[in-house]
Amino acid sequence: MTDSFTINVDGRDIQATKGQTILEAAEAAGIYIPRLCHHPELKPHGSCRICTVIANGRSCTSCTQPAEPDMEVQNNHPQVEMWRKQLIEMLFVEGNHFCPFCEKSGGCELQALGYRHGLTATQHPHLFPRREIDATHPDIMVDHNRCVLCGRCVRASRDVDGKRVFQFVERGPEKRVAVNSDAKLSRTDVDLTDKAVGVCPVGAILPKRQGYVAPVGAREFDHTPIGTSVEGGNGSLEV
Amino acid sequence: MPHTSKPKVATCSLAGCFGCHMSLLDIDARILQLAEIVEFDRSPINDYKEFQGHCRVGLIEGGCCNEENVHVLRDFRKHCDVLVSVGECAIMGGIPAMRNTIDLKECLDEAYLNGPSVYNPGGRVPDDPEIPLLLNKVYCAHEVVKIDYHLPGCPPSADTIWEALVALLSDNPVSLPYELVKYD
Ligand code: SF4
Ligand code: SF4
Ligand code: FES
Repeated sequence: MTDSFTINVDGRDIQATKGQTILEAAEAAGIYIPRLCHHPELKPHGSCRICTVIANGRSCTSCTQPAEPDMEVQNNHPQVEMWRKQLIEMLFVEGNHFCPFCEKSGGCELQALGYRHGLTATQHPHLFPRREIDATHPDIMVDHNRCVLCGRCVRASRDVDGKRVFQFVERGPEKRVAVNSDAKLSRTDVDLTDKAVGVCPVGAILPKRQGYVAPVGAREFDHTPIGTSVEGGNGSLEV
Repeated sequence: MPHTSKPKVATCSLAGCFGCHMSLLDIDARILQLAEIVEFDRSPINDYKEFQGHCRVGLIEGGCCNEENVHVLRDFRKHCDVLVSVGECAIMGGIPAMRNTIDLKECLDEAYLNGPSVYNPGGRVPDDPEIPLLLNKVYCAHEVVKIDYHLPGCPPSADTIWEALVALLSDNPVSLPYELVKYD
């Protein structure tokens, strides 16, 4: 009895090993499952739901759900695609995302998910919440307008940096990332080289003085859709 | 060729910066081809302030930040078969919508009374009846009228606008390659 077994993703049989999540098994087989809060170097969080698939007839988050022998998974499925598009839209309207002047534009994972899913406008009204910017630290700024509450910074600071600089406070629509200090970022021991600073998928935690270094056309997602590195394709995608 | 046989295109800039119109002009030599295949109706390009007739396509730049924007947008909806939101401001409010996180009175007070560089001894916020009334917030075009297509970008590239316009004028579906759909 080996630890290796077969699961089926969109009609294709792939190998999975015990302990792998659906997302990891699919990725190893060159199948991209869109994701946002997931980061390969951090413990799964399962909060954004972008990686939702249908496994054995039930929806689940593929970044947390272990692969099981003979599992039937739907990933490129109209219903699943529709859920993901709605989730991406909601992330846009819940914050204040002004891509035209955002330093992360072109390399932002939320934006790239929008591109990949052909999002041109949102059906939901924008909430335009009033949020803070913390620019007190000499090297790092936090713009809460763009935070998608993925928890990557929280996990990275706690589990990799061993500092617990970032944490979640409040609940529901009030939920936000706060720093482990009753004041601002400058009062913490966060460093530019911390994992927590590098893993933010959007333009919420940014190193200072590095904005717009890559010109338009030379940025990560200008020509290649997010997920291309997993799929190994040429990046041609009609939207 | 009698000019009446050409489909008409109308354009307007609401709460926008004219950047999207600049991008339209950026189609370079293709503008000659465009002049061959369409006739411009109401547009800042020919300075027609009123509609001359019914149009095939209306291009909307900018969202609605004041009363007048709403009137113009509704007029476009009435006169155009297909209405296209061109650019981030029409699509989600864009830069003008940054004020949506702040109360309108607070905005006006900061701009005309309390701002650090304001000189306004009369202490009066501009209120001439000639000035269109500001809306409580900036609305994207599809919150005000039905919009048929959205071309994102700040501005959308000339190629994006051209590809979409040619498709619409030839009754083809607008299907743009990955490179031409960007939010910046
Ligand atoms: S964080 Fe991403 S989606 Fe948000 S404004 Fe910046 S580029 Fe756009
Ligand atoms: S600041 Fe960035 S990494 Fe942290 S929760 Fe917000 S989006 Fe995620
Ligand atoms: S990536 Fe799985 S829930 Fe966010």
